[in-house]
Amino acid sequence: MNTESIYQLEAIQQRYGERLVLDIPSLQIERGELLALVGPSGAGKSTLLRILNFLETPTQGQLRFAGHTLGSRVPLELQRRVTTVFQRPALLSGSVLDNVAYGLRLRRHPQVRERAREALAAVGLGHLARAAAHTLSGGEAQRVALARALVITPDVLLLDEPTANLDPANVAAIERTVAEAHRRGTTIMLVTHNIFQARRLAQRVALMLDGRIIELAPTETFFETPHDPRTTAFIKGDMLY
Amino acid sequence: MNYWQEAINLLVGGNSDVWAIIILSLQVSGVALLISAIIGVPLGSLIGLHTFPGRQLVIAIVYTGMGFPPVVIGLAVFLLLSRSGPLGFLGWLFTPSAMVLAQVILALPLVIGFTMSAVLAVDPALRTQIRALGASPTQTTLAMLWEARVGVLVALIAGFGGIISEVGAVMLVGGNIQGSTRVLTTAIVLETRKGAFDVAIALALVLLGITFVINLALLQLQGTLLKAKQ
Repeated sequence: MNTESIYQLEAIQQRYGERLVLDIPSLQIERGELLALVGPSGAGKSTLLRILNFLETPTQGQLRFAGHTLGSRVPLELQRRVTTVFQRPALLSGSVLDNVAYGLRLRRHPQVRERAREALAAVGLGHLARAAAHTLSGGEAQRVALARALVITPDVLLLDEPTANLDPANVAAIERTVAEAHRRGTTIMLVTHNIFQARRLAQRVALMLDGRIIELAPTETFFETPHDPRTTAFIKGDMLY
Repeated sequence: MNYWQEAINLLVGGNSDVWAIIILSLQVSGVALLISAIIGVPLGSLIGLHTFPGRQLVIAIVYTGMGFPPVVIGLAVFLLLSRSGPLGFLGWLFTPSAMVLAQVILALPLVIGFTMSAVLAVDPALRTQIRALGASPTQTTLAMLWEARVGVLVALIAGFGGIISEVGAVMLVGGNIQGSTRVLTTAIVLETRKGAFDVAIALALVLLGITFVINLALLQLQGTLLKAKQ
């Protein structure tokens, strides 16, 4: 057992009814690493993120997080060490600052507004603090969602296709912020359809197909000398999805 | 025009009987709405946001309750509170307490049903996001209620509208006793029966006016909330 792993998954399976959507015999996610998860839609990537954020309980298997073996009820203090930014940013009604401050308020943080303002400035949107959240563009909303996630300084940040459908400027802004969070030691799991993004940001890359991880390797190895022919096909763009 | 004049005379002239009726109407329906809100809003959000065995049955009962004939509720409460009834020992029959109880039973399904619809209308992805940000189950429910606040206010408006204008149940369990359980609706019935149409119409105008002013105030609040939601 690797004591540095923040997550350890053993024989994890998730079924929706009869359908097996996730089947992971073993997976360790190292503390402080940035792991990219690629693969076609329906491969089980989002399901895995939901399990890692304790939003779903796997039907089978053992999930360990930060040294704790978890059951169906995860203590709130452990839940609060992980957060997710989803593909479609779901913002609360109210101002942009209210949104960024939300996680801090939940935790009764002593400096809610100051910290929220700093986090908003860090994603380059300090000038929009008082704007109504619903007036933001898609890219701005996603950056606000990222600021809202990072302001609570999570141990683990899960990103579910955070730059899908965004323009290059917003993609660059989000990637900069993610890379900065990683430098500060946040463990990051990035689901992306963009293999170039995976290559730019990740230390390790995993390819998922039909609920299984078929290849997991350091980024360089994954792209240069993949073991599985399906990985080669995926990288070359021969795998249509 | 005479009726309007009569209504104004009754109100401005300081007719104590009329004012007592107005105040009692507001007290009974106000307390009933408050109790319904305290019970109904959490229950509505619970039913809307959680799955549990028998949920469909509970929803069906709530929907049935939303359209329940008030006079049937009045009869049930009457039997419940009558001397030989299970709650007869309370001695509530023909008191404002009995009227409040009947009105709570009438308003509760409306408050629960509309609150449930309101929280169900909030984007489910937002609920997942709130949980992912570390909200406890209670914090998640409160956040969803806040997001659904305009709909929750509609639930309260519907509940109040349902009980302030109701006559059958309060007539049965209150007994329309002057100075004790006479409210606007029951007074209108009595004055009409007596042939005192001018007083009946004047009271009807007062009832309409009160309902209108309260709805206007709630709409104003709804407008403020809508603005806050943007």
